[in-house]
This record gives sequence, structure tokens and C-alpha cells, in this order.
Amino acid sequence: MSDKIIELVGISKEFDGGTLAVSDFNLHVNRGEFVTFLGPSGCGKTTTLRMIAGFEIPTSGKILLNGKDITNLPPYLRPVNTVFQRYALFPHLNVYDNIAFGLKLKKIKTTSKDKNGNVIEKFEHLKKSEIDEKVSRALKMVDLEEFEKRKVTTLSGGQQQRIAIARAIVNEPEILLLDEPLGALDLKMRKDMQLELKDMQRKLGITFIYVTHDQEEALTMSDRIVVMKDGEVQQIGTPQDIYNEPTNAFVADFIGESNIYNGTIVGDRKVRFINKVFDCVDDFEINAKVDVVVRPEDVEIVKPEEGIVSGQIVSSIFKGVHYEMIMMVGKSEVMIQSTKEVKVGDTIGIRVSPDNIHIMKRDFVSNVYDGYIDKINKVHFAEGAFECDVTQLYPGSHLDSEGYVITTAGEKIDLTNVPVRVEVGLKDIEIIDNDEDGDARGSIISIVYKGDHYQIIICTDEEEEEIVCDTEYLWNENDRVSVKIPKDKIKLTLKAVEKK
Amino acid sequence: MNGLKFSRKQLGIPYAVFLIAFVVVPLLLITLYAFTKKVPADKATFTIAGESVSFAVSNFSDFFSKSANIRVLFVSFGLAIITTIVSLFIAYPVAYILSKTKFNKGGVLLVLFILPLWINFVLRTAAMKELLYFVGMYKSNSFSFINTLIGMVYDYLPFVIMPLYSVLVKIDKSYAEASADLGAKPVTTFLSVTLPLSMPGIVSAISMVLLPTTTSYVISDTLGNGNVTIVGKIIETQFLTMDNWHAGSTIALVLLVIIFLSMFLSGKFTEEEDESAGRANLW
Repeated sequence: MSDKIIELVGISKEFDGGTLAVSDFNLHVNRGEFVTFLGPSGCGKTTTLRMIAGFEIPTSGKILLNGKDITNLPPYLRPVNTVFQRYALFPHLNVYDNIAFGLKLKKIKTTSKDKNGNVIEKFEHLKKSEIDEKVSRALKMVDLEEFEKRKVTTLSGGQQQRIAIARAIVNEPEILLLDEPLGALDLKMRKDMQLELKDMQRKLGITFIYVTHDQEEALTMSDRIVVMKDGEVQQIGTPQDIYNEPTNAFVADFIGESNIYNGTIVGDRKVRFINKVFDCVDDFEINAKVDVVVRPEDVEIVKPEEGIVSGQIVSSIFKGVHYEMIMMVGKSEVMIQSTKEVKVGDTIGIRVSPDNIHIMKRDFVSNVYDGYIDKINKVHFAEGAFECDVTQLYPGSHLDSEGYVITTAGEKIDLTNVPVRVEVGLKDIEIIDNDEDGDARGSIISIVYKGDHYQIIICTDEEEEEIVCDTEYLWNENDRVSVKIPKDKIKLTLKAVEKK
Repeated sequence: MNGLKFSRKQLGIPYAVFLIAFVVVPLLLITLYAFTKKVPADKATFTIAGESVSFAVSNFSDFFSKSANIRVLFVSFGLAIITTIVSLFIAYPVAYILSKTKFNKGGVLLVLFILPLWINFVLRTAAMKELLYFVGMYKSNSFSFINTLIGMVYDYLPFVIMPLYSVLVKIDKSYAEASADLGAKPVTTFLSVTLPLSMPGIVSAISMVLLPTTTSYVISDTLGNGNVTIVGKIIETQFLTMDNWHAGSTIALVLLVIIFLSMFLSGKFTEEEDESAGRANLW
């Protein structure tokens, strides 16, 4: 069961114009496995699938199929079939001809003996009767037996989707690639098709590689999930692993609802967040800054005096199976899912069992850039010029009237074009809702809620430097903003090569 | 504000007037002229524009009984069909390549191909004559037909490229990918997916070229060295030289019927092949 059918080794794809769609992607898929690429749009999951199908050639890396290198093999030579996002059924052909398209092109090796008893190997097209039989079997598989003569344009979305699957599986591919095949269907039909696809995969024993941005779909169907972001693999694991042990805040946030907080390790298996100390099971060094993830359904509601922390419920929404409630602890929100309703305004205590507190090493503690000082003692980094205190580079120094730094030894130093390392704390950055007023500018590319504040990543326009800031205010993704940093919050250190 | 509201019917009135005045009435007049004959005043059934006429079908028998006329019809349609086919063979690859945005950044190349349309048609034909003279093809009478063909193809090529391009550029590239994915080599993909899907463009290109080439006698006059006579030319002669509007209208009507029949048949053919995409949509 565990023999590798396909292996992706260090795959990277850079498009014309320099966008890196996929970087250093490593994965092996076992025969008969159902693997899902999961991530937000633009994370490189479809590009990776297209490289397996042969529509894109990786910039670097290798794709091995059954141990053979197929990296540069054109799509028509690969024993792989694809179900396209918008099905791509041929509009000029009817259902039968669509499904038979691949079969009619297929040549199979036949051996026969001639008069002299020599074995002749010939490649022959499939017989009409064989094609007929395969097509009707495929149609039966997708429950559309009577549809052979129908025009594909007269079919509903769900029917077209089934025909697209039939067209792919009828060729008995070694791997079936599915690019968000259920995206265009309504919720009810999507749920049905998820189960049907999974069932089909089990019956046929074909390896499925599935692309989706729907985390629930991924959790329902997959044997293994590959979570991707910005062309990079974040985590590979079983649905249980991904859900219960996310490797970072992104995965936790993307898979299911979660409470994410900034925390600090304060002792042996003790972590402080929302101003309380909780027991946990992960071992980190003391004082390490961490991200803490608590699933809403793992929060236990107890009497106020029995909880580790107590607070007031500020909202409660009925979600069918459970209630989703928000409790305020100081400035932080805690999302709780429970089948028991607590009324808005009631005070409750909560507890979280140690193994339900997931701790991850913090992605960012401060922003670090390479910058340089200009003629007027401003520091340039992240495509902006900021006022700063250059005297911190030389302890005890001061500026003379012309702007030169005078060290304690009385040495006069010209800092123009000196490279420096710049460090700015996440909380020290002020975001301005205006392109002009700040010192550097860009667009917001990510927002993660951390209980009592948002962590925002601003990406600058040209060099795509990221500015990470913590703020209480909610911004929108893609907002154009600029940033200001107080002069005394910019920490400068000289780079190792300080002499020009 | 209320006064500015028109119903769809009211908005259609100017177009209906236009169509009646410039399409329906002229067609009726052509038909009337084709089925009447100039006769002495005492035998006349009625008069058109001061001319005493009576109904007659002899115009048609006169036209078809002259072998020269039949020959002109054959030459015209032969020339038109060959022009259409040659244009398609030249234009298809051009349109196909242009439809891949990689080669046609910002549509600049497409505009370059269409640009000759903006230069006067007679001037272009005259320039082609000089060019043919320069390469020595104009001097010999044996090249007359070829020369006319070259001129026709050159003049009508943009009309073939445009509809092909606008259909090809709209074909989702996922169809070609799906075909390759199912095991089709690039040639098979082209023949069994791209080409059938571009049929509406081909039909539209044919309808843009076939009729005009049977009548654009400026090209055959300029390049044919007097050896190539097409239907358009004899219509012109009847109207402007012979002053026989009846015979001229007859030929025009015959031409119209032939073209209509051929379009009807080709429309029928593509419709059978594919109902949804086969509509000959003029661009």
C-alpha cells in the first residue's frame, strides 16, 4: 500500500515576470492515496497540480512517476488525467464523444502470431464495442446512464461535473488530478459529491490529488492534506494531525475556527496568555514568545470561581449543532463552542485542558530589515525613509551642527550610505489610512486576529518587504496604507562591514 | 424625465425606417426591374421613371442563353471560392498565432494586420499592380487570373483574419489542455478541438469574403489586364454603359439567389455539426 506512485522533489515554479508561485515543494504520494492541496487562492496549489499534469514545467526540481523522471514529459504522454475547475467539456461534442475522446486516441499493445509463428506486436486502437462498453460503465459510475446522446451544453452544473469525472476515469489513469472540481456546485450537492468522490476513489483504487480552498472539504475527503501558503508548504499530515497539531498560526487559523493569542512561556510547561497562566504539554524555553491556539470547542465552560479565567459573554449565536459564544477576558475575546447555551451578559469561568492548548513558536517577534543611512541621517528600509536616532550606533556620541556623529573619542563620522540592521517592534508601528502621510507604504496582505489585537502584514510595492504590526484596529485586506514609526522605536545596529 | 422614456418598440422605429428605405425597397426595385422589359409605349402595361415597360421573364433567358455570361459566372465563383480558400489558409495560422497573447502584446500585431483596411482600396490595388509589374508578373497575359487572385486575397485578408481571431481568442485554453490531458498530440488537439470550435469564425469569414469577391471588379479590372471579367463587371456595364437597368438587375438578382443558397447550405452544414457554436456570428 505504501509504495510511492509520484514524488515531487524540490519543485519550484517562477512565472515570467518573477512571481514565485511555488517554492521548494517536496512531497511523495502513495499508490491509492487521497491527497489534498489546501490553501487560500494564489497559494500555488493549482500551479503544483498543473505541473503534475504537465501543463507547466517546473523552473527547478524533479517530478518522478513510479521512479521515472517525467518533469519535462508533455501532458499527452502522462498516465494522469485531470478534472478541470470549470470542467472543460468539449462543447462541440456530445456526452458520449466527450467521454470516448481519450479512449479513441488510446493505442494498446496486442500480440499475435503470423503464419511462421513469429510473435508480432502491434499497437491498435480500441474496438468500437470496447469503447462503447467502457463509456457506458463510466456513465453508470456517475449515475448518468441515459445521457450518451445529450449535448454537454444542455446539462446542469452537477451533471457536467459528473461527465468531467467520467471522462477522466474512463482512461483508467494512474493518478486523477482534481482542480477544485466542486467549486461551482451548491452546498448540498457539494456535500453529496464529496462522499461520492471518496467512495469512487476507494472503489477504483486510483490515486487522487485534489485541490481545494475549502478546509472542510479537505478534512472530509483526504488521507493526507498539504497546507500551502504563498507557494510554500506549511504542513503535511493527516486531517487529524493538521487539525489537532497545526504547526503554525496560519494553519491553525486556516483549518477551522480558532482562538489565537500571543503568549509567553513562564515556566516548565506553563504558558501565559490573556493574562493568565495555563498548563500546557509543550516544552519551550522560558520567556519564549509563542503563538497559542485554542480550538473553540476545547474551551470548557465552568462556574466562574472554578475556571482558570472568568469573563462575560458578549455574544451568542446558534449554529445548528452548537452555540458559538464570545467571552471577553480583559481586552481579549475567547470564542467558545458549546451545546449548552450561555446567555449574553452572564459571567462564566473557562478551563482548557493542557493537551488542548497548542503552542507554536512565534512567527515574528520584531521586524528586521537591512537598511542604510542617508545624508540627512534618515534610515532607509522597506522602501521608506524614516527619522531615526543615529547616535545609538555609537554609545555616548552626539550630533554636531552639520549632522555628523561625534563619538565619545571625539571622532567625526560620516554615516552617509552606511548599511545598518534595523529592528522595529510589532507594536511600535503606526498604520495610517493614507498613502501620503506615512514614511513607507504598501498594501495589507494578511490579517490574523490574536484575541485582543490584529496582526497585520503590510507588503511594500516594489521590493515586497513585509512590515508586520500589531494593532487594535481592524483593517481590510488589500487596503492601501502607510506607516509611521516613532524616532526612538527604531533600533539600529551597524552591519559587520562598516567600513567602506 | 418621463418624456425621455421610450419603449423598445419606439426606439426601433428609426432602424425600421432605415431598413425599409435602404434594404427592402431597393430589393423590391431590383426584383421589379429584373422581371420587366422596356417595350414600345402602345404595348406597355405600366411605366417606371418615364419608361414604358411590361412584365417579362425574357431577361433571365437572355442572360442564361449567352455562353459568355455563364463563363463569367463560373470565373466569378471560381475566383471567389479560390480566394476564400487561399485567404483562409493564410489567415488561419495568422489568427491562431495572434490569439496567443504571448505574440500579440496589446494587440499591436493584430492592428498591423488590419491597418491596410484604413488605406484606400483603389490605391492599395494600384500599388499591388505596380508591385506585380515590378516582379514581372503583370507583363504576361498568362498571369492575369493569378494576379487578380493575389489582389483579391491581399484586399480581403483582414476580413478573414478578424472573425477568425475574435473566435480563436475566445476559446478557453482549458479545452486544448483537456485534450492534451486525455492523450491527444498537439496536431490531434488542433484538428479535433480547436478547429471545430473555431467553425463559427470560419463560416463568418467565408460570408465576409465570398460575395464581395464576385463583384469587386475594380481588382479584376486593375490587375486582370482585361482578361478577367467577373459578374460585378457585367452588372456595371449593363447599368452604366448599356443603360439597361433591366438586364443589370437580373444579373444582380441571380447573384443574390446563388449567394443566398450557398450561405443557406453552409449554415445548414455547420448547424448539423454543432447547434450551439455553429451560429455564423458576424463580428
